[in-house]
Amino acid sequence: MSKEKKNENKEAIHSKIWKETPEADNPFAAAKCYCSGFDVYGDLLGKISWVEYLYLLFKLEPPDKQQAALLEGLAVALANPGPRDLSVRAAMNGGVGGSLTASCLMAALGPGAGQYGGARELYLIMKIWESCGQDLAQWQNCLTGYEKPDDVKVWPEVDHIPGFDPYGSSCATPVKQVLTYLAEISPGNSLNWLLQNREQLENVTGHPLVMAGVAAAAFVDLGFSDEQAEMLFLLLRLPGAAAHALEQRHNGLAKYPFFADGLKLLNDPGPPQKTDGSEEQA
Amino acid sequence: MSGPQILLEKEDNWETEMGAWFAGERVVFRGLDLFTELFDKSWMETWFFAITGRWFEQKQIELFGRMWTLCTSYPEPRIWNNRVAALTGSARSTAMLGLSAAVAVSDAKYYGGQANLASVDFIKRAKQWTVDQGGNLETMVLQEIKETRQIPVGFGRPIINCDERVPPVLQLASELGFDNGPHVKLALEIEHILRDTRYRAVLNIGGLTAALSADQGLSPKEFYQAASVIYSAGIMACYMDAESKEPGTFFPLRCERVAYQGVGARKWKNEEKQLE
Repeated sequence: MSKEKKNENKEAIHSKIWKETPEADNPFAAAKCYCSGFDVYGDLLGKISWVEYLYLLFKLEPPDKQQAALLEGLAVALANPGPRDLSVRAAMNGGVGGSLTASCLMAALGPGAGQYGGARELYLIMKIWESCGQDLAQWQNCLTGYEKPDDVKVWPEVDHIPGFDPYGSSCATPVKQVLTYLAEISPGNSLNWLLQNREQLENVTGHPLVMAGVAAAAFVDLGFSDEQAEMLFLLLRLPGAAAHALEQRHNGLAKYPFFADGLKLLNDPGPPQKTDGSEEQA
Repeated sequence: MSGPQILLEKEDNWETEMGAWFAGERVVFRGLDLFTELFDKSWMETWFFAITGRWFEQKQIELFGRMWTLCTSYPEPRIWNNRVAALTGSARSTAMLGLSAAVAVSDAKYYGGQANLASVDFIKRAKQWTVDQGGNLETMVLQEIKETRQIPVGFGRPIINCDERVPPVLQLASELGFDNGPHVKLALEIEHILRDTRYRAVLNIGGLTAALSADQGLSPKEFYQAASVIYSAGIMACYMDAESKEPGTFFPLRCERVAYQGVGARKWKNEEKQLE
């Protein structure tokens, strides 16, 4: 068998996203890279924006002007959940302890993936959109006695209705600001429907809408699937985690909360007894 | 709206029975003093105590340790989670990043975390249906296949219809006297049922370890949590192997090994440039 024939039979990565042609002098170095048919370094570079490229990677087609503007707005809205957010706190814990830079980002993904405020909450909201669309009666029915899809059992039980803050008093100002802005520029109707029906949905759940709820409507208007939305939500919230982790790395442990007086042990046996009956000394 | 009352109550107030560090003095672990009451415990005993709050007998701890030696410690870098560690080593990244990335990847549907949890869940439901409620096992298994449109998790194996790990783990279970538990017996009966169907599926190692663990009283969630680190020996071996060789040489792919199936070459048009 000739060497070329052997190569034809080699296992391959199959992709609709990416194609490469090799340099003449090295089969392992790409001369041209194409993303869904577009020459990335010979054509797109300098023409395409970051969010347009992001859209192209996932959807394999360029966004129109409104879609790009909506994704741009969403990316800004999600980029930094702030240093009190669970995922950003995880990243900062990496930073403050001198963890590797990658460790900080990986740390953010743990809580950032969760069903409370994380990407799995967004995924569950996407599932509601898939089953209820823009039908208020169906939403009301779904949210009343909400049961999550039993598809992947490793996730803990959901103890709140996805998309709504179990500890909220009223809809937070940034959530309303983002919803209003994105609904205004969206090419779809989901964000606008949510804007019109937010208060009714909040009355059904007894809790205010959260940012993930707005993001889900935006992803629906952009035509992303539930798993694409989950992945993008993870990705788009990382910039803040990264920046805050570096900030805390430089601030150091002394300026970072340890919650020194915050832990109450309910079953403390006390210091162990010495063999002579006295307590061991610290 | 219920409001932030619970957050106000929890602010600087984490109430727990799991444990705490009394700086410079002592540590309490689930109500026990770490330095005295856990002084003679092995890491494996402590691991199971952390997850379940229960202490297991030495023979049970031996079962868990040895079955995970036999069935999940493959130093085989082509296996998907191990490959993450090998790639990390080849990229000259760190061992702990490789290990933690590979462990994260082990939370998978077709093997690892999701499969482990589903296996115990299924075998416990099978026991409930038959031993506890007197139902017919074959009816239950066939109904499960009909509803889920797949062979129950813990049975069947892609590519080859056998699992080389089952005989040695059964031998281990026999040596330790754990081969007669109700879940293991059911798992073997289910294998017989499935062998006679058109599915011809065998008991795989996930199904057997799930049954053995269920017989030791582990819940699906406890098994999932306990098994989260069981791939570590193989993972670390694969990292070290790749780290010791030339960088970037772990199964290098030439450009042509990306088989493109998408649209043809096209130009980004001016009207496609959306943000001026």
